[in-house]
Amino acid sequence: MNIIITISITAFIVLYAGLFKANKALLPLTVVGLLTALGFTFCAWNGNAVHFGMMQTDNFALAFSGICIIGTLLIFLLTQNYFHAKSDNIAEYFTLILFALAGMIMMVSYKNMAMLFVGLEIMSVSLYILAGIRKKDFASNEASLKYFLMGAFSTGFLLFGITLIYGATGSFDLDKIQAYLVNSQTISPIFYPGVILMMIGLSFKVGAAPFHFWTPDVYEGAPSLITTFMSTVVKTAGFAAFLRLFAGALAPLHDFWVAPLMVIVCLTLFIGNVTALFQRNFKRMLAYSSISHAGYLLFSLIVLTKNSENNVLVYAAAYTFASIIAFAVLILVKQKMGSDSFESFNGLAKRNPLIALCLTVAMLSLAGIPLTAGFIGKYLMFLNVMTEYKTLLVAFAILNALVGFYYYFRVIVAMWFKDGAETELSAPVQYKVVLLVSVAITLILGIYPAIILNLI
Amino acid sequence: MEQLLLLIFLPLVGAIVTAFAGKSAKIVSTIFSVVSLGLALVIACNFIPNASTQFEVNLPWIADLGINFHAGIDGISMLVVLLTNLLVPIIILSSYNHEYRNPAAFYALILFMQCGLLLVFTALDAFLFYIGWEAALIPIYFICAIWGGKDRIRINMKFFVYTIAGSLFMLMGIIYLYLHNPVQNFDIQAFYALNLDGAQQGWIFWAFFIAFAIKMPIFPFHTWQPDTYTAAPTQGTMLLSGIMLKMGIYGVIRWLLPIVPAGVHDWGQVAIILSIIGIVYASLIAFTQKDAKRLVAYSSIAHVGLISAGIFAFNQQGMQGAMVQMLSHGINVVGLFFVLDIIFSRVKTNKIEELGGIAKVAPQLALTFLIIVLGTVALPGTNGFIGEFLLLMGVYNYGIWAAAIAGLTIIFGAVYMLRMYQNVMLGETNSLTITFTDIKGTEKLVLYTICALIIVLGVYPKPILHLTEASVQHLLEQVNQKLNTVN
Repeated sequence: MNIIITISITAFIVLYAGLFKANKALLPLTVVGLLTALGFTFCAWNGNAVHFGMMQTDNFALAFSGICIIGTLLIFLLTQNYFHAKSDNIAEYFTLILFALAGMIMMVSYKNMAMLFVGLEIMSVSLYILAGIRKKDFASNEASLKYFLMGAFSTGFLLFGITLIYGATGSFDLDKIQAYLVNSQTISPIFYPGVILMMIGLSFKVGAAPFHFWTPDVYEGAPSLITTFMSTVVKTAGFAAFLRLFAGALAPLHDFWVAPLMVIVCLTLFIGNVTALFQRNFKRMLAYSSISHAGYLLFSLIVLTKNSENNVLVYAAAYTFASIIAFAVLILVKQKMGSDSFESFNGLAKRNPLIALCLTVAMLSLAGIPLTAGFIGKYLMFLNVMTEYKTLLVAFAILNALVGFYYYFRVIVAMWFKDGAETELSAPVQYKVVLLVSVAITLILGIYPAIILNLI
Repeated sequence: MEQLLLLIFLPLVGAIVTAFAGKSAKIVSTIFSVVSLGLALVIACNFIPNASTQFEVNLPWIADLGINFHAGIDGISMLVVLLTNLLVPIIILSSYNHEYRNPAAFYALILFMQCGLLLVFTALDAFLFYIGWEAALIPIYFICAIWGGKDRIRINMKFFVYTIAGSLFMLMGIIYLYLHNPVQNFDIQAFYALNLDGAQQGWIFWAFFIAFAIKMPIFPFHTWQPDTYTAAPTQGTMLLSGIMLKMGIYGVIRWLLPIVPAGVHDWGQVAIILSIIGIVYASLIAFTQKDAKRLVAYSSIAHVGLISAGIFAFNQQGMQGAMVQMLSHGINVVGLFFVLDIIFSRVKTNKIEELGGIAKVAPQLALTFLIIVLGTVALPGTNGFIGEFLLLMGVYNYGIWAAAIAGLTIIFGAVYMLRMYQNVMLGETNSLTITFTDIKGTEKLVLYTICALIIVLGVYPKPILHLTEASVQHLLEQVNQKLNTVN
């Protein structure tokens, strides 16, 4: 509870600070607010408190809240000079991101499906505005409209699903729904379409195929920093919500929903990877690769083990930090070169060896090379589905991972092996801090993952 | 146990120091590699040549997943560890006549790779083995792709994807074994004790075998190799051919044979046939090569094919032969590539027909080159002879026809190698080679060291045979025992 209250209050304070044109105070205020929220997260650890029957801050919720807050914090550090160049009213950005974060905290800790819906909407509405915040930019407007239409559509699915489940069980409460599934002799026939509709709605939100069509355009059109936010923190929260429902309340019905989920996973992996391969633009490539990562993340639901939730946490953490590095470098490159094609990364290693090294670590992690966090994440996912010996699925995933090497290495190739313009990137201190912190986390989780393996 | 940790991580420390050493990276990395060699020799002196695993380290690493930092050295490991730590300083010294741009990164990557290789050769935990396997691949990819020659980006991408494809399927096999392991860990002894049925063993066999076959490489998984060897910088080629392909051979001996003996029993014949096809095929292609570096690359496939056939023949002679030949092949092939590098650095070509008469102007190079070539073609009295003789004996015990065809490698090898030597070194000097200068400085040091090793090991191979004998014996007994219980 404290976490949401802190974040919301910070959002309001920042909004008022914006009114008084105290632009310099925005970042410090936000950072203090988020650190306080992070502090509350640590304090509530192992508390497992239930708040008014609507939210439950168990360790699952707290761990994902923690990742979302840290991710947002790092993204805020990247705002240095970024929004200033784009708009006068930068307080808007800060406030909206903070509201979105508050929504996500609800999504990761809901106990009642009403809260899931409220949290999801708070987050989504903020994001619709953020995607279109460059009012005069055509691509940004397109992104916003697309995102809004698709988002509204998927919310419809979700809501319809919730309604049907309510109709069958008479409750929004996760525990009661689970009790219904376990105890009743016959399950009402309207429960099943409810499950499928909720799965479709949530798949939209996390950008899993075949409900992924909005992602590339929205990611490309939105301002890069907002894209960073959407493809990392938002995605993580979406998966937490997915997991909370399906690995928790709906787990007894696993046999029923695993088949459609399997279709979604295979399509997501295949479409994400294969289309990423043909992109000429780094940002679009990251958008498609984020689709493929959604596929790997869903592995944890195909076989439910006691580690499923923790596996998602590890994978999401690995993916979030690596993506933040990738986008941070992308922003720097775009500021200097004016383009985000692969060619604009040419020769980066000669000009800025440190930045190139950071991006290399990020790419290796996304590709899943040992000694990086991404490998541990992939390994856990493979291990998870191998417990039921779904070897064909793993073999399919391996083939996809191989495709992944091609497009992730394209950036590495451009940076290290090709010659490019001689202009050096100028990285502000905050960027360097974010890059180094993220690289450190990626390597630490890769070399000694034991610290995060038993969190939940 | 401290000695083993020091042995594994000294190169890593060296890599980090070298990365920040700037212009003196060459010297710093040389010092670290020589100290590593010294350390390996100390360990070898303290090593008792019996079947036991010595200098064992077993530290919890990722305890929740059953992953331990479990490493140790037996006779088989000792041999490849020695090979690695012997070749790395030689390889670094062989780069003294080059000025690579960004030397700090270059030498740091070599030492980093050494650390990965040592992990592979000492790991007794399958997960650790896998980590080392990949940790050795990343640096060599960068070495070849940054400092390589023409078309290096495409060629190395192929190499990288090829090898990692194999290793990912191996990872799948490792996970499978882990899940069948009642103690839920990756320990090699626990894997040895697993009771899998024939079909399961067959699948695991292929999951591992493809990874190892790509690394060695065995026909038909070899297509990445000639291009990669040719496009890589010479030190990269040496690392690949001298040490890295031993990872595949070592993997077969350490992991494949003892874990899935029934799988090897069922499919070993396929492996032998592929190896023998590879021998003949690579030899025939080597005949037609115009570029000396490519010729050596193909000859390497032929030699490795024989080693692999000897291992899958699965008897004492074949195994021991493989041991000796791993060492000899490492030394010889590094020597060959170094000589070609020296020639290339002088006349900027490795095309056989453009060269000739170098022996007249560079007698020392001609002599050392001759010794290395003779070692490669397995002349009695050189190190190559012992290995190939034992290997052929092993294959002969397996089947006469197999041995007859595999034996062609010696005849073919002698023909194309000596013809290459003749065309490059003998005859009349031409306008290109007339100004050729003889070897000097570190070139002399490296080549004379290699020649000395070739002759010493050829005349007196007993220490090597003695080192590995007990471990090989133990391995054979262990596997046969397990085979009997399965049947």
